[in-house]
Amino acid sequence: MHVDLYERIWMWAAAGLVVLFLGTILSTAALNAANPPSHLETIDPTTLASHPEFGAPRVVPHEDGTVTVSVRAETFSFTPDPIEVPANRPITFRITSADVLHGFQVVGTNANAMAIPGYVSQFTVTFPRAGEYTVACNEYCGLMHHGMVGKLIVKEATP
Amino acid sequence: MSSAEASRQRLAATHIGVAVAAFALAAALGLIQALSIADVAFPGRSESLYYIAVTAHGVLMALVFTTFFIMGFGYALAQVELGRIVGRGAAWVAFWLGVVGSAAAAETILRGQSTVLYTFYPPLRAHPLFYIGATLLVVASWIWGGVMVASYRSWRREHPGVAVPLPIHGMLAAVIIWYIATAGLAAEVVGMLIPWSLGWVKTVDPLVARTLFWWFGHPLVYFWLLPAYVLWYTVLPRVAGGRLFSDPLARMAFILFVLLSTPVGFHHQFADPGISSGWKLAHTFTTYAVVYPSLVTAFTVVASLEVAGRMKGARGLFDWTLRLPWGDPFFACVALSMIAFLFGGFGGLINAAYAMNGMVHNTAWIMGHFHVTLGTTVALTFMGGTYWLLPRLIARELRFPRLALLQPYLWFAGMVLFSTSYHLAGLRGLPRRVYSGALSGSEGASWHGLTVVAAAGAVVLFLSALSFVTVAAGTWLGGRRIVAPAFEFAVPLRPVTGPGVWDRLGMWAVAAVVLVALAYGYPLLHLLSHPRFGSPGFQPF
Repeated sequence: MHVDLYERIWMWAAAGLVVLFLGTILSTAALNAANPPSHLETIDPTTLASHPEFGAPRVVPHEDGTVTVSVRAETFSFTPDPIEVPANRPITFRITSADVLHGFQVVGTNANAMAIPGYVSQFTVTFPRAGEYTVACNEYCGLMHHGMVGKLIVKEATP
Repeated sequence: MSSAEASRQRLAATHIGVAVAAFALAAALGLIQALSIADVAFPGRSESLYYIAVTAHGVLMALVFTTFFIMGFGYALAQVELGRIVGRGAAWVAFWLGVVGSAAAAETILRGQSTVLYTFYPPLRAHPLFYIGATLLVVASWIWGGVMVASYRSWRREHPGVAVPLPIHGMLAAVIIWYIATAGLAAEVVGMLIPWSLGWVKTVDPLVARTLFWWFGHPLVYFWLLPAYVLWYTVLPRVAGGRLFSDPLARMAFILFVLLSTPVGFHHQFADPGISSGWKLAHTFTTYAVVYPSLVTAFTVVASLEVAGRMKGARGLFDWTLRLPWGDPFFACVALSMIAFLFGGFGGLINAAYAMNGMVHNTAWIMGHFHVTLGTTVALTFMGGTYWLLPRLIARELRFPRLALLQPYLWFAGMVLFSTSYHLAGLRGLPRRVYSGALSGSEGASWHGLTVVAAAGAVVLFLSALSFVTVAAGTWLGGRRIVAPAFEFAVPLRPVTGPGVWDRLGMWAVAAVVLVALAYGYPLLHLLSHPRFGSPGFQPF
């Protein structure tokens, strides 16, 4: 197959570009543990009301300073609301849905995961800045989808 | 064109007509959405209307407009380049199946019984006719694919040892991608959603359904893009007065799309539970690999245009760009859609960037992204393709040529306002698909201004859409009857020798199926073998 010299140069450059991008992604995944949520845990969405964790989801601080936040999403609210967590501590969110798909997006951060009925989404983030954040549902869930908004309050951690 | 020939192209022309009609309705629904997000008051504004508009706009634009255009374009190419359509009767049956299916789905959407968006993720449950109608449209496209393949095989028997014409090569690549992609969709819709919506089974697994949807959802993009690339490679250089820079590399690009367009779907599911990060990373690799054929396409097509400029006497480094036919509606449509893809492609790289995706997932950024890719690169190329096809298919002169020329520039300007604003608003956190940018009422101070600019862009886009529909309908109904111009395709710089390795479509199709099995086999089996709980249906709309 004849390939013009200039096009050949371009093809190598393009391949180099793709490899460079992938290398960047691989190195952040390996070095900064920058991975998307990938936890596999199933749960019966029809009996959430009596579930020990998601029947009354709440913020649970641990002795080592980390925090676990369980969240139940349903049309058209998040529970608990507001969610209060300390700044600069690893916060592990565990999120599920009682009905349809929802999104859990802490506006202005990269905390962003799907709430899927039957599954628990789990990811860990640290909020460096104290303040009030909007939690928005970013997956269409029905007529009042846009109104499905919660609040996350990040407080300076007491030493 | 003789009347016998005109009647042979009636099949293609009728499909293009349905595509234009679907586009017209969808465009009006698009304007409603942008105004609503910006909280611009208009009569009849309501939550219900907004989400119905999102659903109908998505289904009509992404599924009906594109599929009918592609089927029509494919039939036109088969007639011209292969000299035959084998199974014309079946093709007409398919046409009516597609029309009836689309109309049934559209009807349940507009009645408010299926406000599930064009992604229809369960456990949102639509009216059964929504799923059945969509299935009929897909069945129609399967028949179309069969007619394309049968026509090719018939031609091949008479022309052994000849390379398949490049436009047909590209369309057959799109057919292969479509069969592989819709296998996932059929498993979801026929295997899960139709029985569930009819009440035959009580529950479905939302994550399994979503995974099957994205098995289909990303190659769907290449099913749209490849016919657009066929126009870029084979028609654009001709209209510009140049030569195709490299024929074999065009074929290589088409085959790379066949191989790589499906095993990439997890990049739509980075934020999902249940799929391991290793498999998400594997799909990230294939997603970046599928960028490569587009980068090659960029060089080959632009080099073909440079050849055109130089053949017209350009001597300097860049003055060839000024010698291109910017006053030709087809050329303007395609050239602007290529410029848009420069931005759309790089935006796509950000979406697929595994760790960066969390910043943009399900924000307005995504709306900005697919309106510059599907909404411009593909849609504007198809509009240009309509201007190029109509006179050749129905032997009428293009009506309102000045409006046709203004239209792509309007579209591009409107899209710059619309898409840029939503990209930025998404980075600031505006979730996608919301009735009101103020969300529950008091949010949105940091993005309200951007949503207003996007709404202004949507008004410009709507005017452009209106121009397109006026030209298409005007040509159809009142264009001056002429002798149909010939279908002429770009001649490659170097003559094509016999069929090369890229022409072995069957072999590449098998390789593509193997890659899909590797990319999806284990993660799907792993998920299916885990104890899971289904969901009953919900209709919160």
